[in-house]
Parts: sequence; structure tokens; C-alpha cells
Amino acid sequence: MSTTTHDSGSNYLNHSKGIMSWLGTLDHKRIGLMYLWTVLVFFFIGGVAALLVRYELIAPGQTIMSADAYNKAFTYHGTIMVFMVIIPLIPAALGNFFLPLQLGAKDVAFPRLNLASYYVFISGAALAVTTLFLNGVDTGWTFYTPYSIRTGTSATWVLMGAFVMGFSSIFTGINFIVTIHKLRAPGLTWNRLPLFCWALYATSIIQVLATPVIALTVFLLTLERAFGIGIFDPKLGGDPVLFQHFFWFYSHPAVYIMIIPGMGIINEIIPVFSRKTVFGYTAMAVAIFGIALVAFVVWGHHMFVSNQSDLANFLFSLITMFVAVPTGVKVFSWVATMYKGSIHFDTPMLYAFAFLFVFTIGGLTGVFLATIASDVHLTHTYFVVAHFHYVMVGGTLMAFLGGMHYWWPKMFGRMYNETLAKWTCLLIFLGFNVTFFPQFILGSRGMPRRYYDYLPEFTELNRMSTHGSWMIGAGFMIVAIYMIYAIYKGKVANSNPWRASTLEWQTPSPPPHDNFAVTPVVTSGPYEYHD
Amino acid sequence: MFFVTEALANNGLPQQGSEYATRFDSLYSFLIWVSIFFFAIVVVGMIVFAIKFRNRPGWKAKNIHGHTLLEIFWTAVPTVLLLAIFGWGWMLYRDLRAFPTDAMEIKVIGKQWLWQFQYDDGRTLTGEVYVPVGKPVKLTMTSDDVLHGFFIPDFRLKRDVVPGMHGSIWFEATQEGKHQVYCTAYCGTAHSGMLASLYVLNEKDWNDWKHGKKINVAPNELPLAFGGSAAPSAAPQGGALSLVDQGKKLSQTKGCVACHSDDGSARVGPSYKGLWGSQVELADGSKVKFDENYVTESLYEPNKRIVKGFQPTMPTFKGQVSSEDINALIAYFKSLK
Amino acid sequence: MSNVRHHAHHFDSAQAEFEASKQGLWVFLVNEVLFFSGLFVAYAIYRVGNPDLLKECHHFLNWKLGATNTAVLIGSSLTMALGVTYAQKGEQKKSANMILLTILCAFGFLVIKYIEYSHKFHDGLLPGALFHNHELTHPKAPQFFSIYFVLTGLHGIHVVGGIVVLFWIWIRTLKKEFTPEYFTPVECVGLYWHFVDLVWIYLFPLLYLAS
Repeated sequence: MSTTTHDSGSNYLNHSKGIMSWLGTLDHKRIGLMYLWTVLVFFFIGGVAALLVRYELIAPGQTIMSADAYNKAFTYHGTIMVFMVIIPLIPAALGNFFLPLQLGAKDVAFPRLNLASYYVFISGAALAVTTLFLNGVDTGWTFYTPYSIRTGTSATWVLMGAFVMGFSSIFTGINFIVTIHKLRAPGLTWNRLPLFCWALYATSIIQVLATPVIALTVFLLTLERAFGIGIFDPKLGGDPVLFQHFFWFYSHPAVYIMIIPGMGIINEIIPVFSRKTVFGYTAMAVAIFGIALVAFVVWGHHMFVSNQSDLANFLFSLITMFVAVPTGVKVFSWVATMYKGSIHFDTPMLYAFAFLFVFTIGGLTGVFLATIASDVHLTHTYFVVAHFHYVMVGGTLMAFLGGMHYWWPKMFGRMYNETLAKWTCLLIFLGFNVTFFPQFILGSRGMPRRYYDYLPEFTELNRMSTHGSWMIGAGFMIVAIYMIYAIYKGKVANSNPWRASTLEWQTPSPPPHDNFAVTPVVTSGPYEYHD
Repeated sequence: MFFVTEALANNGLPQQGSEYATRFDSLYSFLIWVSIFFFAIVVVGMIVFAIKFRNRPGWKAKNIHGHTLLEIFWTAVPTVLLLAIFGWGWMLYRDLRAFPTDAMEIKVIGKQWLWQFQYDDGRTLTGEVYVPVGKPVKLTMTSDDVLHGFFIPDFRLKRDVVPGMHGSIWFEATQEGKHQVYCTAYCGTAHSGMLASLYVLNEKDWNDWKHGKKINVAPNELPLAFGGSAAPSAAPQGGALSLVDQGKKLSQTKGCVACHSDDGSARVGPSYKGLWGSQVELADGSKVKFDENYVTESLYEPNKRIVKGFQPTMPTFKGQVSSEDINALIAYFKSLK
Repeated sequence: MSNVRHHAHHFDSAQAEFEASKQGLWVFLVNEVLFFSGLFVAYAIYRVGNPDLLKECHHFLNWKLGATNTAVLIGSSLTMALGVTYAQKGEQKKSANMILLTILCAFGFLVIKYIEYSHKFHDGLLPGALFHNHELTHPKAPQFFSIYFVLTGLHGIHVVGGIVVLFWIWIRTLKKEFTPEYFTPVECVGLYWHFVDLVWIYLFPLLYLAS
């Protein structure tokens, strides 16, 4: 049952004052916010790197930097965006804030572990980012050997930074798993669990199982660089391709750490703004786990041309095809949820539409890459770059923006400017496609990735892509401005402006320090509306 | 938007350099059509539902929980389709891995930042490789240093080139002319300058070339930052290139431009500009005159006497540059005042 | 005498908190298993690719010292289990003694490890580029010793970490902080220590005992 209450009294924001009350907080909501601001700062840095990369590529030849500087720029763009933005973004910021609320709990299972995970995160990030002021790193975020062994740049610091940040991911995963097991409100059975919680659950399992492998990988690479232990270095009898196996065993599941929480957010938004329950709730939850399971056994599809065996290529291509099945089930179910719904066009729903458009393209182009013969032509080209930006930026980031616009009134008790938000959504959506769609064609026509310079035939599509990057950059800046403005000057929001039925909306906006005055008792599913 | 139409011709794929490429393009076309189909279902469905079921007075949402038969359908149909796509892709890949026993073998060495091609008769080329049309050719590849990747877009063919091991690809070219080769595994500073030209020759030209006669081919293309020109120049007619221009062309085709500039800027190696006839300082502090002898020595035994401030990474060009080539290069250096 | 233990505000009961803590530690141990398994996989790859590698190299490992260390660790697991049981029963002095014994066993393990390592350093049986032994001529011997040192080294780091947390609960036990109603840290450290023992029990035969 939804209640609407105005409460501008005591809430988690004004519960205690002073910088130490934030830096030493055990409140999951405050920790979520700290993660949010920190990750957004890294997003800004990684975004500037992207704009620089794209600006260099606006025309053939040197535009603003040397080849070495460019190689560092794309490495920082990738490393920062992967390890410091898109992996922690939804789980650590929105997940930390809303998981306990959606479960009807007062906090996560281990609040001190939660705070520790934040400090571990910024320590690792600091280690990595200080290299910007040293030699930099130019290996690409994938650190392939032997180049990453030989390079004189500050690769070791970045590797150590990634190692440390991995623990933050693991701690969050442990926390969420135990929280979901042990802290659900009375009546909140597994089949009444909001799909965002299911998504966080699957993501946490992947984080716990996969992250240790990247920890080991960067650790071994660091030892290789420092002592020449000879595991990956062919000059010492090692196997450079073994590194790729180790690396992708984590990094493929990692991309599902990135997208599954985004899918969870879309799963929250579409029912609310269609005023009907999600189509195929069980299949949606099962599909998340299907994706998570298959995620662990397809890493070799990043290595089809690496000289691994034909048998490996056969198996990895075949199994990768099966990722598309649960993914398709989810996409079809999202559209089916709108069928005979009552569709509202508030900004969160616009982002959901945008998500469906771009994520479908991203997913379908994944099939091009899963098909072995097709991948032989397309891998290592801009086609891959376009594919992963469509799913990561088009998918995760659009879902994140949708989630931000959905939950901003709950987090701050204020509404943002709806008109501006809608137009900026359009700008970001258009800018995104202008930036990345030409890259599919650049790739299929043969332009390799990580190229500082290119032959003249690729000029026009590159220029178009760069123009698109300015559109996205402008869009994100505008979002940042009106969202921050809203915190201080936005119209006051009540506890449930969207008339949703998940538990976070059954408490005032912003929530009180202890989340719920009385522990809620759940008697129905998460998407039942009685309009 | 002429470039867009040109780029989109043939589904955004380059020209078909081999018979395999033609068959590949059928699969690719099918993938595009399947993608358009499913994209349309999702996006058109979404737009239609959004409009038809938009919130308005008098319209109430219907709480539909699911539809088992439909869910089974949209699970089973994609599964079957994906398996078919996998099968088609696998059949094509099998052809790529079925090496003909009579294929002519060329050894390929990738090294930062150039490609070397070694023929059975001992001839070695840098940055360019010549093959006959209509005959199977096998490239056996290894790297001297870090990972590289060998990519011929016109043939839809690519493989990583790994130090410490050999890997092979094969093709049978059907289209005469120049086909671009790229490095596709990031390998450092001049990764995007590590290009090569693959020339497919008809029978007459192939015989001529094998016997050392000069043939006319389109010039090597390189990116601007690595010595290329803004617009690719046309092939010269009848050997009318001056010695200086021959030298400049050699500095591109042999891969010198990956490391040496002609404008004074230092790259991996020193720039040629203004060097001719001057005294260059070596690593040990002694000086040597930049003349015919030093140039020849640098090409054959590059790390014997290195200019101060640079690393001993230059590969040898022994057996790859003739005396005439060296003369052309010297004329070119002389022209860079 | 009932001793109702105060629990954190977000848990319904002390029992729920205890179970959550144990569950959290189990999840952490699963993550640790994945961490070590990457190295076991590397070991398997080099072993399968070089069938006589282990046969030649294991002669250069001191199986007597390794076996001793195995006994030491198994013994320490016993003392640890007893430490947990005594804590559960409220017998704080006995619990503290058992924890101390565990710490001493752990130090014993490290001392024996140090002896082993110094022999290897002396004989040049080192990883990768540092390898310089003339008796052992298998071309992949440097890789074997890389895996040996990284596996046993990482395990050793976990033993050191174990000593730190064992010391922590030893001090807290001496300060009488644990009761039959609350001994969660002892239980969790115990679980962790058994895991450290278990890793060694896999590691020892795979590296030291060829078949």
C-alpha cells in the first residue's frame, strides 16, 4: 500500500553533522552517496580522457597529442571507466543505498565492512590515478603480455591499484549476499523480491567468484615485471597467451557485473511507469541467473584469433550463443510488460526506452562477435569498440541515468526539472548513437582499434563519431548541473511521487536514519498497483 | 553524405579480395537481416505499445503476469536460430583452418613496428608482400618481441602473431591489386603505423617479379603521422621517379618511417632532416660523419654505432636493400636540408 | 544465568547476527578458493604440457620438511577447533591457551618454511629469470619454481594474516570479551584457519609428492 508523507524533519542527511560524521559513517545511505560522488568524479576524468581521444581522432595525422600520449589516453580511459566507474557504479552507489530499503531492512549485514570497502576502493583508485603524474601507463586496460611486461611506464602501480580495488568489489559482494539472505522484512519471500534485488544478488555472486581471479592475474603480472618469474614472458619460457586466459576468466564475468544491475534498474522502472506488474517475473529472475552462469564459461570468445585451439574456439563460440537466449527473454519481457499497460512518459521511462533501443543493438552485435568466422574479421577492430560501448554506455549508463532520475526524489526529497531532463535524455540518446554507430562501420571496413592514426578513407566516420562525443559530453554536464541544482532548489517531493509499491517508497523522502519507523510487513508482490 | 553510401555498400564491408570473402559476406548479410528483424520487433513493438497504451483518461492497465506459451516460443526460436548461425560460422571457420597441402608458404615476422616477409628463395621484404592470384598462399607468422596481429580486411582474415610460437593463415586471392594489411594487437608507440601492402599479381607480373624485374604497383599507404600523405598518390608511369622520390618511397615501403621522421622531430630513431654530411654524436661520446658509409653500416649493422640518446632497437635490413636502394635513400637524405 | 547479548540494531537477534557473520565468512572463503585455484590451474597447465616436469623437479623439494609442516598445520587446526569449543563453553582460560598454541604452531610452520626457502635460495632453485641451478636441467624448471614460490608464498602470506587475527582474538579472550552467548570472532577466525590448513593439504601432495 502506498502512503505519501511529507517529512522535512529528521532524515539521514541531517541526522548528524560535520565531515567526520560522513567519513566515519556506518549508514549505508551515506556510504552509497560517498561512493556516488567519488565514482562520478572518476567518470568525469575518464570522460575527459574519452573526449581527448576522440578529438585526436577527428582528423588523420597528429591533432593534439603524440602517439605515446594517445596510447596513454585510451589506456586511462579504459582503466578508469572499467575499474573505477562502471563496475562499482550501480552496486556500490545505488545498490548500497537501496538494497536495505527495498528489503525493509535497517542496514546491510556488515556496515563496517561496507565503510571499509569504500576506503579500500579509494585507496586502490588513488594508487592507479597517481600514475597520471608519473610515467603514465600505455598498455590498454587489458595489459596483454609481453608488452605489459616490457613497458617502462608505471604499469605496476595501476596493476596494484586494480588489485586493491578488487577487494572493494569482493566486500560489497559478500555484504549484499548475506544481507539478502538474512535481512529481508517479514513476508518478503523470494518470489516477492524486487528484481533489482535479484540483480544485485546475481551480481554479488559474480563479484565474489570472479574478482579473486583478476587479483591473482595482476599479482602474477606484477611479479613478472618485478622479478621475471617467467609465467607469461616467452623470453623466459612462459606463455603470453596464458595471461589472456587468466585475464578474461575474470573480465568476461565482469561485464555482467556491469550490465546485470542495469537490467535490474530497468526491471524496476518499466512496471512502475506502465502501472502493471512485470511480464514473466520468474523468467526474468531465472534469466538473470542464466546469464550469470553462462558468463563464467565463455571467456575464450575474446581470444578467437589468439592461436588457442580450434576445439576451444568451437566450444566458446557455441556456449556464447546461449548468453543471447536469456538476454532475449528479458528484452522481450520488458516490451511485453508495456502491453496493455498505462504508459507514463516521465524521464525514468524515457531512459528505459533509450535503454531498450541501444541495448538491443549492443546485444545483437554481440551475435556477430560470437559467430566464429565473423569474429575473425571483426575482432580487434572498431566493431568491438562499438559493441561494448553500446552495451556498457548504452546499457549500463542509460540504466543508471534512469535509476538516478527515478530515485533522486527518494534520496534528496527533491524533484529535478522534468522538461530539462527530458530534452537532455534526447540529447544523450542521439549523441550516443552519433558517436558509436559509425564505429560499427569503421570496424567492419577494417579500422583496427587502439589506433592513434588512420588511413584517409576512415576520416568522415571518425569525424562524425567525434562530433557525437561532444553531444554526449554536453548532455552529461547538463544532467550534472540540473541534478545538483535540484538537491538544493528543486521542488519538494513526497515519499512516493511515482506511486511505486516497492518498500523504499513506503518511507519518507529522504529516508530517516533508521530507514523505517516500523519494520514493514510485506503481503504482496513488488509490482502490484491499485490505480 | 556520399561517404556514408560508399561505406555502407556491401553492408559496410570492404572489397572482396578472395572467394572466401564472398562466402563470408553472405553470412554477414544474414546476420544483418536477422539483427534488423529482431531490432524492429523490439523497437517498433516498444513504440507501438507506448503510443497505443499511453496513459489517458478512461484507460486502465491490465495486470498480465505472463504467458507461458509465448515465453517458451521466444526462448525456443532464438535458440534454434542461434544454433544455425553458430553452425554456419563454424563451417566457414573450418575452411579457414583447412590448409591446402600445395599452398605456397611465406614466413612473416612481426616486430615493433614493421612486417618482414621471407620467401622460400631467401628473399626478404619489409612492409610489402607479393603473391600470385588464384593460388593458395600460406603465411606462417611469429613475432620477435610483443604481440602483434595480422589483418587483411579484404580477405576477412586475421590472426594474432605471438612471440615464442608460430601461427598460420592461408588464403587464395581472386582480386588483383593492393590489399591493405594492418597490425591489430596493440604493440606500443607505432602500433597504428605498422601497416603493410599485400600485392596480388597476375601470372605475368608474378613471373616478372619472381625474376627480379620491376613491376608497377600502387604505392604503400601509411597514416599521416607515420609518413603517409594526405591523399594517396597515383602509381608512377614507366619508372619516371627521380632518385630522391625513389628514396622517399623506399623509406615508406621499408618501414623506416615507423621510427624516423623527415621533419626534424625525434621518434624512436633520429630524424633525417639536416643530418647529411654533419657530425653525429654517438652514445660513447665520439663523433662520426653521416655519410654513405655510415648509412650503409646503419642499414646492415644498425646497433654498431648508435646516435646518442637513442636505444638499440633498429632491425637489420641486410638482404632487403640493394645498392641501388641505398643510393636512392642517400639522395633522399641529401635532399632533407 | 541468562546473559542476553546486545546485538547490532539492524539484526533481529544475536542469533541472526551470529549466523550472518558465519555466512559472510563462508562467502569470503569461497572467494579465497577461487584465488588459489587460479594458481592450481596454472600448475595443471604446466604439468599437463610437460609430463616429466613434476617428476624431475619434486626431487629438489624437501618432502620431509613439507610433511612436517603438514603435521604442524593439522595439529594447529586441532588446537584451533579446541579453542573454539572452549570459547563456546565459556572456558576462557583454556580457549586462550589453545589459541596461543595455534599461534605457536603457525610460527613453527613459518620457521620451517624459512629453512626450506633459504635452501632453495642457496641452491639457485628460484623462479623464472632468477633460476640458476645446474643439476636441474628441465627447460620448464624455472616455471615450476615460479609456481612453487607463488603458491607457497601466497599461502605463507595467508598464514601471517592468520597469525594477526589469531593474536587479535587471543588478546580479546584474555580480556574476557567472549561468552557462550557471543564468540563470533573466534568461530570466524577458526573457519579461516581451517581453510588455510586445507589449502596446504592440497598444495603439499601436488608439489612435493609426484606419482
